[in-house]
Amino acid sequence: MTAVAARAARVLRRLAAMAATLLVTSFLVFSSLFLAPGDPASFLVKGRSAGPAELAEIRRQYGFDEPFLVRYWHWLEGVLHGDLGRSHLLHQDVASVIWSRLPASLLLIGVSALMIAVVGIGSGVVGALRRGSRTDRSLMLLVTVGAAAPAFVAALLLRSVLGVQLGWFPTIGNGTGLLDRLHHVVLPAAALSVTFVALVTRVTRSAMLDELRREHVEVALSRGTPRRTVIRRHVLRNALGPIVTVSALLVSGMLVSTAIVETAFGMSGVGSLLVQSVDQLDFQVVQAIVLLVVAAFVVVNALVDLVHPLIDPRTAAAGSAR
Amino acid sequence: MPLLEYDALGVTLPGTARPILDGIDLHVGAGEVVALVGESGSGKSVTARAALGLFPAGADITGQVRVAGTGLVGADAASLRDVRTNRAAMIYQDPRAALNPVRRVGDFLTEPLRLAHGWSRNRAAARAAELLAAVGLPDPGRHLNQYPHELSGGMLQRVVIAAALTTEPRLLLCDEPTTALDVSTQAEILAVLGRLQRERGLGLLLITHDIELAAAVSDRIHVMYAGRIVEAAPVADLFAAPRHPYTAGLLGSSPPLHGPLARLTPIPGAPMGLLESAPGCAFAPRCHFAEPGRCDQSPPPPERHGPAEVACHRTAELTAPAANAPAPAAFHASGKEDS
Repeated sequence: MTAVAARAARVLRRLAAMAATLLVTSFLVFSSLFLAPGDPASFLVKGRSAGPAELAEIRRQYGFDEPFLVRYWHWLEGVLHGDLGRSHLLHQDVASVIWSRLPASLLLIGVSALMIAVVGIGSGVVGALRRGSRTDRSLMLLVTVGAAAPAFVAALLLRSVLGVQLGWFPTIGNGTGLLDRLHHVVLPAAALSVTFVALVTRVTRSAMLDELRREHVEVALSRGTPRRTVIRRHVLRNALGPIVTVSALLVSGMLVSTAIVETAFGMSGVGSLLVQSVDQLDFQVVQAIVLLVVAAFVVVNALVDLVHPLIDPRTAAAGSAR
Repeated sequence: MPLLEYDALGVTLPGTARPILDGIDLHVGAGEVVALVGESGSGKSVTARAALGLFPAGADITGQVRVAGTGLVGADAASLRDVRTNRAAMIYQDPRAALNPVRRVGDFLTEPLRLAHGWSRNRAAARAAELLAAVGLPDPGRHLNQYPHELSGGMLQRVVIAAALTTEPRLLLCDEPTTALDVSTQAEILAVLGRLQRERGLGLLLITHDIELAAAVSDRIHVMYAGRIVEAAPVADLFAAPRHPYTAGLLGSSPPLHGPLARLTPIPGAPMGLLESAPGCAFAPRCHFAEPGRCDQSPPPPERHGPAEVACHRTAELTAPAANAPAPAAFHASGKEDS
């Protein structure tokens, strides 16, 4: 019973910390846009001539003339009610703009995450088990190249080889219908995951090597447990901590990276919306997307923290001992 | 047929000056407790691991180790697994390192039963609980669901002992089973091991650096130095009259369990590393009795002297009753008064 209570207390504490982090970051996100150059009022009248009186009127209408903290409060109130403001550019609610773009980006991130997990963890495990072999060395070479390849370079390469020359995959757009969408998302997802696969491979390999050295692994082998089972139950299982942490944090930060890939592949998603909005000084949209990025990061972080005691029971003990 | 038999086992790592093990001959029968005593680096742990077919990676192996008649040098995977799951089990020095920290105690205990013997979860758990009770743990059902970090070192070592017994092997290999524990726990663990060994008629190979501990529990003692067995004798004989100067040195440098505490005499110098070698007796550089021109020329072959087998060029002269050069007092200082 006390263990359950302790666990509940830990979860609550973590949720409170998460809310506090989100509040602080929302303030930073809101204020950071005031540091950016450019006046939204003069942007709104772009192309037309406007006198100081008209500009002042626009500022009053949009609330640009109110004190900073008041504006923040109004904005925060709106956000908490699901109102992210209006896009000056698209003349739509920011929430509905993002909502319509989100599925495409989530599909992209989901497929990338799958690629990262399968290819990254898989090649890390193979590298660790065949340490020093030709396979291991070529994997490590590929990983070094992959880690150094920016997503836009990978995107260009994949597009020209697999898309244009071989014609296996479409090179532009989102596609319609599930299968077509998946077909369209393969190349962007691959471009997006190259760097991350490399990182996860490295982390997996070194975590596996650390665990392979542990005495309990030799003990398990000395008790006649088949090697394959020992690798699965005692080596990979124990290496999961760093692998899960790194993979989750990488995936949670991927919303930002979709900006490059979606633009490169002409996809319509949150990433390309971000690029477009920054370009056009559509402040409300930028604010909302940045807040979404931060929220994804904070939430995944908290999830990782909450999952950790399941991966390593010793962390639960350390947490409740405090 | 002995449960465990070493037949001139030699293990050499490439790039080292001397073998890790050189001509190890040793056997353990059913119901017998044999101790292998030596300083760290003498090769006693490598010897014990060899009995499970675990050799250092890349080592060059000569001779043979047999467990219940199965040769382990050059054995195929199936016979290795058979020996490891059914014939022999090891009890390790540090129980905290021996258990996977993220799996439950029950998983550790039941793993061989479920994987190798295909027992159901419940049947294996019942057997594990029985064994935990047999090693004197108060609350077996609860311990099965606990993680290693929730148990003390002494409790964990009992778990390791129980785990060694799950598949009812006839042979136990104990590698410094009490070294990582505090003193009062050491005595309890030894008592548990002794009881189980007698009740079940197990053969037991005890690896230890502590010659007094070895004497307290074993029938025979083999003393190792730099990869060789330098003296092997029944405990009483070894204590009454150590025939190898190294054995005498070990006895003189450890406090006796019984009788008055005499002044301890440390053995001068340090044990020989793997990168050093000597053409003669490996102990000669540290030996009071080394005779230049003889002890440092060729390694002494093991020879029988009374109840003991000794590898020393000078055993005959040094232990003869009317030796012209009487051994210094330290040589026989720790003879057991009550044995």
